[in-house]
Amino acid sequence: MAINLLQDRGTALDQQRFTWKELVQKPISKLDDDAFTRIRVILMNGVELDALRLKQVLLRMNREARVPIAQLMRVEQHQATAINWMLSADHSPLETTIAYEQVAIEVTASVAQLEPDPYMAQGYRFGLLEDFDHLYRYSALMDRLEGKDANNIVQGYTDIVPGRPTLVHHRAPENELMEPYPRDAQLATKLHAITLVGGEYQTHDYYMNIGPVFADPVARLLYAEIASVESQHITHYGSMLNPDESPLEKLMLHEAAEVWNYAACAEQETNPRLKTLWERFLDYELGHFQVAMQLFKDTERRDPAEVLGDGKLPAFIQYKSQRDFVRKTLAEVPLRKDGTQFVDEDAEAVSSLAYRNHMNSQGSPSNSVSGGYQWTPGTELNRNMLPTTQPATA
Amino acid sequence: MDNTISTGMNRTGLDMAPLSKGTMVSFAQQEGQRAPADTEAMAELRKTYALEADRVGSVPVPAKLKGMASTMMDTLKGNKPSVLLDKLGERAAYERTGVRLYEALILKVSAASSGPMVDTAALMRIRDDEESHFHMVAKCIAELGADPTAMTPCADISGVAALGHLQVMTDPRTTVAQALNSILMIELGDNAGWDLLIELANDMGHTEMAQQFTVALETERQHLQTVQGWLRQAVLEEAT
Repeated sequence: MAINLLQDRGTALDQQRFTWKELVQKPISKLDDDAFTRIRVILMNGVELDALRLKQVLLRMNREARVPIAQLMRVEQHQATAINWMLSADHSPLETTIAYEQVAIEVTASVAQLEPDPYMAQGYRFGLLEDFDHLYRYSALMDRLEGKDANNIVQGYTDIVPGRPTLVHHRAPENELMEPYPRDAQLATKLHAITLVGGEYQTHDYYMNIGPVFADPVARLLYAEIASVESQHITHYGSMLNPDESPLEKLMLHEAAEVWNYAACAEQETNPRLKTLWERFLDYELGHFQVAMQLFKDTERRDPAEVLGDGKLPAFIQYKSQRDFVRKTLAEVPLRKDGTQFVDEDAEAVSSLAYRNHMNSQGSPSNSVSGGYQWTPGTELNRNMLPTTQPATA
Repeated sequence: MDNTISTGMNRTGLDMAPLSKGTMVSFAQQEGQRAPADTEAMAELRKTYALEADRVGSVPVPAKLKGMASTMMDTLKGNKPSVLLDKLGERAAYERTGVRLYEALILKVSAASSGPMVDTAALMRIRDDEESHFHMVAKCIAELGADPTAMTPCADISGVAALGHLQVMTDPRTTVAQALNSILMIELGDNAGWDLLIELANDMGHTEMAQQFTVALETERQHLQTVQGWLRQAVLEEAT
């Protein structure tokens, strides 16, 4: 049955409880579970962590909402834990990294196709081509550092080839910004941006935490470089959010984004245990949404329908290979930024060129790690064992 | 836990994606032409960092007078006692972690409901041997005037190397046979470690210490044989 934000009440907040055992359940199998199950796990952890992030800021800005915000955060902390602890311990940090980039590629590609605003859709395609390149660079690192094939993680769903070279992702901060969506933008536009910010934020934070875990200086360098780009991506997607929305409007929209995401996960999940989890958390989020909507009504004296329209959820992210779309998007590799606008390569803002030239002046980690690298099934040690095939049609 | 591995829906190989297999490989070959040209840059970076690197840390200077005297005497003989202290620190750390690895293995064996089994009483004896070796080495370090609670550089690095084994041993999903494979590597390293330590102690004139280590090595050789036997039996049993 289709969910309606204004009608479905979900599980009441005071009924949402956990035990430690529920937070730490049997993890998914790196070998046997579908890659899209892991993609959903990673994305939803990112969405929950962003929910916590937003609420911690709101807590500092809303005297009257402190108690309900604290109550919501307690549940969301535990939702994030239950989700993130689904990742099994046999994932090396690099394997998890490959999975993170697969999330960025497949989810962003789906969102880019769902997005009704052409400018925002361009913004998603722009970011997509950069995360696509990160997958290639990290795959080279994993092959050459750990002797592992990144396809063991991406399971044939995602191509492992260069995108827009990471070397040129480094832009001056002012060229990272996007124009925000208007306040009357479609709900889909708002939910897409909220979701992508959460995804990029957790990717950035993950790289910042595990970068120093590596002994290899090349790995430390590559994580430093790509963490910097992920920080840019947070700004890129974060600046899509309208800064004129009120804090409680943002809270309500974030809860709506969580409902929308869990509903998509529950609908498409293939692992029955995870499906049960997504369904439970969908009900929890509907409960959270009720609290946020009540705060919005009581404090701002505004009708939630102003923000949410008829309460129907927009079309869901499609958890399936977006290979064809990504290949077509590769034609946009030469695009660059000038302020909030997308421009041709030769019209890129001078400030970005100056910044980038200095950052790369002692070498480029992403280029160094991938010199001559071509993804080959079974690692590049297998390269001379494979026949040369005909060029693929994009 | 069902203590065996079975065939199932492993999705990691390219053969599990028959529709995308061909196009994925050919697209990678086609687009691989856009790879950066410099194939030596990665090695050059690693060399640069290797040349600039500091070491992980130092061997602490023995604080007690007796230790200082011994250190001075060995220095006069042209030896570096810090090498012996570092390797003693490594052995103590290795044996101490070994106790925890065997405790994890004992727990795993106790929780196994089917498949190859191992005698937990025998495992417990090995665990106790590792603990007594730890105490013995710690005593030797103290007798040299050094601090047995300090983490020496080799102790630190042996801890880094043990991380993977700890992951294998404490993951509830690993089988007894997989855990035995891991502990076999530990025992192989342990045997070689004791062997070297005996030679080093003799070389530096600590013959009494070397004699104690020889007894420990004999016990470790028995551990190695026992673990090898268990692993062989477990794998062959699972295969039939």
